[in-house]
Amino acid sequence: MGVEGIGARVVRKEDKRFITGKGRYVDDIKLLGMTHAHFIRSPHAHAKVKGIDSSAALKMPGVVAVLTGQQLVDDKVGNLICGWAITSKDGSPMKMGAWPAMAPETVRFVGQAVAVVIADSKNLARDAAEAVVVDYEELPAVADMHAAIKAGAPQLHPEAPGNQVYDWVIGDEGAVSAAFSKAANVVKLDVTNNRLAPNAMEPRAAIADYDAAEEHFTLYTTSQNPHVARLVLSAFYNIAPEHKLRVIAPDVGGGFGSKIFIYPEEMVALWASKKVGRPVKWTGDRTEAFLTDAHGRDHVTHAEMAFDANNKIVGLKVKTYANFGAYMSLFSSSVPTYLYATLLSGQYNIPAIHAEVIGVYTNTTPVDAYRGAGRPEASYLIERLMETAARQLKVDPAALRRANFITQFPHQTPVIMAYDTGDFNASLDAAMKAIDYAGFAARKAQAKSQGKLRGIGVSCYIEACGIAPSKAVGSLGAGVGLWESAEVRVNPVGTIEILTGSHSHGQGHETTFCQLVADRLGVPISQVSIVHGDTDKVQFGMGTYGSRSAAVGLTAILKAMEKMESKARKIAAHALEASEADIVIENGEFKVTGTDKAIAFPMVALAAYTAHNLPDGMEPGLKESAFYDPSNFTFPAGTYICELEVDPGTGKTSFVNFVAADDFGRLINPMIVEGQVHGGLVQGIGQALLEHAIYDANGQPVTASFMDYAMPRADDVPSFNLSHTTTLCPGNPLGIKGCGEAGAIGASAAVINAITDAIGKNNLEMPATPDRVWRTINAA
Amino acid sequence: MSTVKLTVNGKAVAVDVEDRTLLVHVLRDHLNLTGTHVGCDTSQCGACVVHMDGRAVKSCTMLAGQADGANVTTIEGIAKGDELHPMQAAFRDNHGLQCGYCTPGMIMSAIDIVHRHGGQLDEATVRQELEGNICRCTGYHNIVKAVLDAAGRMKVSQAAE
Repeated sequence: MGVEGIGARVVRKEDKRFITGKGRYVDDIKLLGMTHAHFIRSPHAHAKVKGIDSSAALKMPGVVAVLTGQQLVDDKVGNLICGWAITSKDGSPMKMGAWPAMAPETVRFVGQAVAVVIADSKNLARDAAEAVVVDYEELPAVADMHAAIKAGAPQLHPEAPGNQVYDWVIGDEGAVSAAFSKAANVVKLDVTNNRLAPNAMEPRAAIADYDAAEEHFTLYTTSQNPHVARLVLSAFYNIAPEHKLRVIAPDVGGGFGSKIFIYPEEMVALWASKKVGRPVKWTGDRTEAFLTDAHGRDHVTHAEMAFDANNKIVGLKVKTYANFGAYMSLFSSSVPTYLYATLLSGQYNIPAIHAEVIGVYTNTTPVDAYRGAGRPEASYLIERLMETAARQLKVDPAALRRANFITQFPHQTPVIMAYDTGDFNASLDAAMKAIDYAGFAARKAQAKSQGKLRGIGVSCYIEACGIAPSKAVGSLGAGVGLWESAEVRVNPVGTIEILTGSHSHGQGHETTFCQLVADRLGVPISQVSIVHGDTDKVQFGMGTYGSRSAAVGLTAILKAMEKMESKARKIAAHALEASEADIVIENGEFKVTGTDKAIAFPMVALAAYTAHNLPDGMEPGLKESAFYDPSNFTFPAGTYICELEVDPGTGKTSFVNFVAADDFGRLINPMIVEGQVHGGLVQGIGQALLEHAIYDANGQPVTASFMDYAMPRADDVPSFNLSHTTTLCPGNPLGIKGCGEAGAIGASAAVINAITDAIGKNNLEMPATPDRVWRTINAA
Repeated sequence: MSTVKLTVNGKAVAVDVEDRTLLVHVLRDHLNLTGTHVGCDTSQCGACVVHMDGRAVKSCTMLAGQADGANVTTIEGIAKGDELHPMQAAFRDNHGLQCGYCTPGMIMSAIDIVHRHGGQLDEATVRQELEGNICRCTGYHNIVKAVLDAAGRMKVSQAAE
């Protein structure tokens, strides 16, 4: 592997700028003549906008403009879109209510923008916003999903009667009914998957700059996928054609899904920069993030799992209500359908599965993909069901899982996915060994003698990553292909620039992507640069989400590298007067195998550009590109086991040990992979113990700052014990499965299974706060 | 408007600001020291932590006027030329950062923690002391490792001085 090649724990190249304060985030950028935007947002969850009086604000010093939703309509700026078409079981298309970037007539959630003030400074814009009078006529609002689908509930969109987005099904209902009719035991469970706020530490921001002479826009924005942003802004919102719009996503301070989507603010900033003739900057504050960043999860599910007399699963039926909030965000429709129900087989052989998902509008912030996106909801449900079943059937939870594991691959589940490879026993074994599962009973008894309730919880997750084969997702309704692109540019002196459509916002691509190059050519990573996040530099790309950047993005780089190496080999063979087949690449040299003849890679590069002595007919230069479309999803899987203690007097949970055994296929940089797992685990633990985005019955958010929303802090979580088992992914040449979301997918079930084991009661909702745990312990 | 005089990273500066201006905005907007970040506006996340007269403070929760006459050190001011501060080096070596947004505040808080506790740091203490700094990427595991590592390095470098 070499000291900097694949598998090496290389310290990150990008760190120097971050640890010295030299990172360059959107809000750090200043343009000449820049104005500042402040949005005027609805304080009501549902209201008619009767009028907006900005006359006083416009007279204030430094105020450049006050722009409203009606002006967006007048300028024919398009509404926000949802890019994945879902069809209901009756064959009807999903019911999408119109979502204008600023509401001209009706607001449907607290925080929805109705107008924007543009001023010379942020403070002047804020001051002027106070002077804008918006006349609202309040309407009845509904925040609870079950209330929203009841007859007589307030209606959000005329397009969606009964507030229903869709009623979608997957699987064979008849086969499931037949399985249940013959079942020896049926296990039933109701679970809520709590709504979360993603809370990347950098709030969203945008700077829009319109060049009137060139009729060209530049947008600096906090995006995980700048090319998709450009595509959507061009094709659907009529902002500018793609060749007249440059989108730059510089250093981005975390995403977790929330920076995939195209939001109203960047759209308005672009439009406003042309209207006012000056650059416009908007930087959200944390409360705006809580109000407007797409939230995650928010499912209510009833599920039943049927077992035969040998404790083998024979069927699973699931009914889920998924909260969409007030509008359909960019990929929202796919999250509780194709990213959720297709993973309901978990790690288990389940011959028959049927799931129904009802999407519901409520007067709350829109919900979309958040780290894991559908897969945490599926994994949580299955792993809570397995634990419940083990308790009901009075068998060891690990043994019940093992008895039902899929062991033959490839495995076609009844819900679309075809698992390519895995070894679920290996990861379960590794985790059980790491936590000394066999010794738990003695530890529990010891804890009891000290007045503590000790519990252990297992979670065996699987996810579908490497998103995604374009043809497959196209057939399921996706509006885009999900390939990735790469370009390898070798400079005349032999340094290398890798242009990628992936986007790093913490994942460390500037290091791991270089490691592939180092591995193949034997050049130091200091000779390689990664270029990303700018639509003027990288031709196209689909961005970073769904644990796709290594499995898809890095494979695209590999494909481009292979093309470049092929040409370089020809040049080297020509220079060395050898056969191309005899050329090997080692330690930065192209060598004739079995001889001492060699030419250094920089000399090959120079030869390509001087073009003095190239093979006949060869074009000068050394630059190749590739588009890579994966053939299948990848299937990272593993086992997490949590051991904890509950204080029965207070309901407080304390971690004793948390072990993770993951199978991500090949690891490029284990240090970075471990970091991804740590972060994911804490997001999963946060969901299990702390986090909940709460609305009151009228749709008022009650958790809209870090004072009210419990983010995991250092003393809420333990250090982790990680290990890896490996089955290489057969779907891509590097054998990579992806590691970005696993922790968030698998952790929450392990925690809740452990707490319910400790307290001896099975019904406990997330977040399992001390109050909730104490009440559950003491419930009659 | 008032004139606020500060020493920032060893350099004397005077800025004319509105009375309501926060210290963080003086640093970011007037002095172009954009390493100090704003993450929450409510004094919870710690992305804005700097040192004022040797103590860690949240620069988003302090008026610039309150810092008049003070000696302020930001993330840009802790390395000695190309030589990283031991805490910076420890964050890099232990992979204690991912997106980098909380990192400057984490490092500034962590230096303060080590100073206040001398060499007497353990994992539980570090976790308690990091209460005022939120990270969404790392799960804290490697941040805690980095702080403990740096505490050792700082002891060694102090002993050498």
